[in-house]
Amino acid sequence: MNGSLVGSYVVPVHPHPLLVPEQNEGWGRLRAAFDEARDAIKESGADLLIIYSTTWPSIIGHQIQADPNPQWTLVDQDFHDLGSMDYSFNIDAEFAEAWNAANHNRGLQSRTVAYHGFPIDVGSVVALKLLNPDNAIPAVIVSSNVYANRSETTVLAKACLDVIKKTGRKAVAVTAMSMSNRMFTEFIDPSDDRIHSLKDDEWNRKVLEFLEEGRLEDVAQLSRTIHQQIRVQKVVTFKPMWWLSAMNGNRNNLTGRVLAYEALHGAGGAVVQLDPTSTGMGDKEYDEDDVEYYRGERNVLDAEEHSTESDEPLTPQTGPALWEPPESQGAVNSKAAPKPVGMYPHARQVGDLLYLSGVGPRQPGTNAIPGGPIRDDDGKPIEYDIKAQTRAVVENIARILEEAGSSMDKIVDVTSFLVDMDRDFAGYNEVWAETLGHYGPTRTTLAIRALPTPIAVEMKVIAKI
Amino acid sequence: MTELPPTLMAKGSIVAGCLAPHPPHLVYAENPPQNEPTSEGGWEQLRWGYERLRESLSKIDHDVLVLLSPHWQTYVGTHFLGIPHFEGLSVDPVFPNLFRYNYDMNIDVELSQAIHDKAKGSGLAVKMMENPDFRVDYGTITTGHMVNPAFDKPLVVISSNRSTHYYSVEVMQEMMMELGRVTREAIEESGKKAVILASNSLSHRHFTTESEVPEDMSKEHIASHAMHLWDMRIIDYMRTGQAQRILDEMPEFTEQAIAESDGGGLTWLLSTLSVPDYPAILHGYGTIIGTGNAIVEWPCYAHEGDVQ
Repeated sequence: MNGSLVGSYVVPVHPHPLLVPEQNEGWGRLRAAFDEARDAIKESGADLLIIYSTTWPSIIGHQIQADPNPQWTLVDQDFHDLGSMDYSFNIDAEFAEAWNAANHNRGLQSRTVAYHGFPIDVGSVVALKLLNPDNAIPAVIVSSNVYANRSETTVLAKACLDVIKKTGRKAVAVTAMSMSNRMFTEFIDPSDDRIHSLKDDEWNRKVLEFLEEGRLEDVAQLSRTIHQQIRVQKVVTFKPMWWLSAMNGNRNNLTGRVLAYEALHGAGGAVVQLDPTSTGMGDKEYDEDDVEYYRGERNVLDAEEHSTESDEPLTPQTGPALWEPPESQGAVNSKAAPKPVGMYPHARQVGDLLYLSGVGPRQPGTNAIPGGPIRDDDGKPIEYDIKAQTRAVVENIARILEEAGSSMDKIVDVTSFLVDMDRDFAGYNEVWAETLGHYGPTRTTLAIRALPTPIAVEMKVIAKI
Repeated sequence: MTELPPTLMAKGSIVAGCLAPHPPHLVYAENPPQNEPTSEGGWEQLRWGYERLRESLSKIDHDVLVLLSPHWQTYVGTHFLGIPHFEGLSVDPVFPNLFRYNYDMNIDVELSQAIHDKAKGSGLAVKMMENPDFRVDYGTITTGHMVNPAFDKPLVVISSNRSTHYYSVEVMQEMMMELGRVTREAIEESGKKAVILASNSLSHRHFTTESEVPEDMSKEHIASHAMHLWDMRIIDYMRTGQAQRILDEMPEFTEQAIAESDGGGLTWLLSTLSVPDYPAILHGYGTIIGTGNAIVEWPCYAHEGDVQ
């Protein structure tokens, strides 16, 4: 499979171009730009539309729409007098699920949502109704997490790209967002609409000048500054540019076109096309880390856990010390996998085979054990969740394989170790069937007396490269 | 029923004002027939608090519930539900796994219009919401359900203008003090007895992960010690009749506790009650995914001398 991103777009979130384009010439020009973008997407041969919407805020990680055919009638909370928006969309639920799994593989909290009546947000509805009016192209929608920072948003895009490549899709990425988002706080006649202030207008034009030169990564790196200058300080920041730039490989040499830029009740609305064809200003000047895996704070439920911001290995209060994996010949080590408890690599490549060291459920960075440890600090047995532990083992395996350039479907043989076969086999077996079982490796399951850390399950994997 | 003093019988009045937060977790935990997901309970301290509030309000004769919801967020003015009846399915966009609620509620459009008109007259940007396809926000539904699960009294539902984010807490307070004043005037002129509901939490820093079993109370606690201190400080002011100090400290509280008072509900509530100097009743306090929530009642009917 050789999927790729065939185009990117920035579109506004307000309902005016959809509902009342005739009431203001600028709104009409935005509508025409939407139509032009629609035609260009169709001509590109895209088979997937991916919407990142700033009007869908989320708290528990990112949410991905996975209802194959969501239908409802949306009314905007502010502009309810402009009319109602009936919608019926064609969502690629399979891609949504795969993206969710890819997020977890890269350390991100996310989940899919598939509920009748789920309120699809106004930005997504406007984008999909205008860019894909006949639902010819399957779509997927992702929320904007209110707490997400740059690294989390970047990794979200990289996980999406993992799935695009793996499934061979020709995808178009769309950010539903305002430029400056300060609206007039009073009701205005449509004919009086204009950008709220000269300052907002000037910033918008500078950002659009960058985009027209294909300098998407420059805009992304200016994201915090832009937010401070022309954004109302509410929960959703200028973070879509982090996502869109990461979707495009954090590049500054795209081919950009501004199809329209107009006021929407004072806010800046633009339709921008970004073609992946390399032209523009050339290479980027890169200031920030190019993060591959998310290892930030997402474990606040367990308040006693250590901060995970540091790259320094943690020294467990109990149990064996953690080691830096050695860089011997053929060794494969992943920062996204937990530190070894001895001097051995995460994996070693011999020819076209990859031999993984025993993989447990401990979490990279925190050393926490999903599902809980099997005994307390005094060695007293305590309740734990074998299914959560098994899932975490599978996720750690996926991270190591990815680092080595392999993948789950290339696993040949697995040897599993359980410390309590009678108690845990059924739960372990259930998770196996949901995950590794799909790929069909051979398997041997052994009961053993103990493992070095207070975990219940460990797996030894052989895979092809 | 508590017999109201003659002075309050002659004209409309606010008989009680309540801080009545709206986390959908509380409805989920109650397992009402209107909500599709089912739970094993959870957040009992808060649900018992709501039980006590319902018991208290059941003893006070009232005609209408007037509610300001921070989850109907409007950026252009303050809006009012302006159709007599709403029904439909509400799915929480953040916690759809917990809240898919079939609602059916009546609106006191006459009183809504009266508040709207007075607010407009005092210079506030206002609008009546008259689109029949409009879906009522889950904050309104949650508070409405927890206060009156039968929904057998009409509501006035007011949106949350986001002036804190557009301007500052100070500007928000100026607007909400004025909205509270005209709300009180309109109620008094209506001849109706109203309960005021500010549907907001206190400190509002969420956890960003959710337990596999959302109602697993072994995972529930305040997001941080600083949030706890702020919540206790504000609750102490409420319990000791120091509402003015809450208003005075609102900018710091809103910023440092990331408080949901940013939506204006608490300021509006205190204004409708003429900034009470009598103690409020704390019916319950608890946390929900790390946020601080208090159920508080100002028993106005018992302090008629304080009602202007």
